[in-house]
Amino acid sequence: MDVPDYGTVLDALLAIREGVDETLTLRCSCRSHICGSCVMKINHRSALACKTKLQAAQERAGSGHPIVVQPAGNMPVIKDLVVDLEGLWSKVRAVDPYLQPTGPVPEREYIVSNEAMLNVREATACILCGACMSECTVLEVDDRFLGPAPLAKAWRFTEDPRDGADRARLEALSQPGGVWDCTHCFQCVEVCPKDVRPMDRILELRRRAMAEGFTDNNGSRHSQAFVDSIGSTGWLDETRVAMRSTAGLRELRGWVGVGWRSFVRGKVPLRHRPIPGAMHVRAIFQRAAANDPPRQVRRREQ
Amino acid sequence: MKTAFYPGCVAKGGAPELYRSVRLVSEPLGITPVELMDAACTGAGVLTERNPLLADAINARTFAMAERSGLPIMTICSTCTGTMLECNLRLQDPAYRGRVNELLAPEGLEYRGTTEIRHLLWILVEEIGLERLGALVRRPLQGLRVAPFYGCYIVRPSNRVSADHPDRDHYLEAVIACLGATAVEYEGARKCCGFPITTMNRTNALRMTGKHVAEAKDQGADVMVTPCPLCHLELDGQQSEASGVLGRPLGLPVLHLPQLLGLALGFSAEQLGLRSHLVHVGDLVGK
Repeated sequence: MDVPDYGTVLDALLAIREGVDETLTLRCSCRSHICGSCVMKINHRSALACKTKLQAAQERAGSGHPIVVQPAGNMPVIKDLVVDLEGLWSKVRAVDPYLQPTGPVPEREYIVSNEAMLNVREATACILCGACMSECTVLEVDDRFLGPAPLAKAWRFTEDPRDGADRARLEALSQPGGVWDCTHCFQCVEVCPKDVRPMDRILELRRRAMAEGFTDNNGSRHSQAFVDSIGSTGWLDETRVAMRSTAGLRELRGWVGVGWRSFVRGKVPLRHRPIPGAMHVRAIFQRAAANDPPRQVRRREQ
Repeated sequence: MKTAFYPGCVAKGGAPELYRSVRLVSEPLGITPVELMDAACTGAGVLTERNPLLADAINARTFAMAERSGLPIMTICSTCTGTMLECNLRLQDPAYRGRVNELLAPEGLEYRGTTEIRHLLWILVEEIGLERLGALVRRPLQGLRVAPFYGCYIVRPSNRVSADHPDRDHYLEAVIACLGATAVEYEGARKCCGFPITTMNRTNALRMTGKHVAEAKDQGADVMVTPCPLCHLELDGQQSEASGVLGRPLGLPVLHLPQLLGLALGFSAEQLGLRSHLVHVGDLVGK
């Protein structure tokens, strides 16, 4: 094949289709990493074929090793490198990806400040290519998780000053399959070709949901117990945090086996002593809270 | 080399065998761990998620203590490492650091932004060097097939973790080989163990655990090794439950990195606390 080193993986695949195997099936359109069509696994990592230089792919594969190309993960394969994206679309639809303004409709357009829109600029750069969905470690084991791209899309609307459905959105996102199912594994941050940083948006949605009072879930309970433990003794009282992170006695029963086996092997500390400077840590907690109070209800600009 | 040793909560709590084995292997490795006795928890990302300024201040307090002693911080936990790196990066901005230092001032601490954070795994490869490590091996782990399990925070995001050392996501394999054992390749080595959602969605956490352990076993692993005690809590502590969710027997022992080192350096299973794991650890050195 006549593909120069500075060519892309997509160039190589198209050359294969033209000259070697005309049945090779793949999606592509813009060839400029704008449309997001050509997402696939290149050397076991999700990426846009048109954004991946052959030389870089070869370096990653190692000299003398073939560049491995596979269809995107976590989605059914239709043929060769083409996967069924319906799961992504349906989850994007599930987060109501449109503005829901409240209050009187202005005579002309809604006016927002540049600053307010700068905040959402990175998230609106999402091209819905599905690289994050393909790499998500939760989707690998549970198809019900909304996933990184749809959650980043949801974040974008909760941050938009024109939107008035924040509370409803945050309440819905606090349900199973929502923000608390993310494992914080950075895979979506790592592979996103547009630096949308979906995981960071998910963590911010958690913070906002808790600030809005949607705390009747294990994620919020765990977060609060964790923070309380550090704020009181300076470090983690694992047993206490684990117990406070569950919904009640019924759920705790599921932990008895592990708890007992750990106890028998001396892995459950009987006493949790504060670190010597615990009072300094407590003081930092107080000063930081006064300095940077958790955001409550975001003020709408109009 | 002298380091400001940051053991982290789990080594001081639910995994005392990790603390003990780091202490044991430090001497032959030539590491003098001066423990940061008054350091607080890094917040493991949870604190950052709630209030980044607070997380940065709590970690800056630790960094300031290490800086005062002029020593780099040595961690033994992937999660502590990643959380510290993230905070330390934000603290490189002088204006922001000034704001954080105001929170530390009443304790008489100030962070100037110079503390380095190094996981033991990185120290092994980058400071001690594989050649020297190989020469220290008293009992080569010949024939032992070891599945590496990194923990998310020590490999991602790569632009933060390994910008200057692009091979950091292959260090475990290199160390395993250096100890005379064989590294097992399997898909899940750099994926999430499931621990972060173990109380939020236990079934999913167990599915992840089970998947990785089963894959490693299917590739012929005798044992798994991890530089992250939180991964250990999940992979060892919850393996029996994961086996139930997966519907197949597992039974793959999981060692902390210092325990594997310790075995090769000649320490006994008792000294290294191998009997305290929830998955039974058989005779690994007799392989």
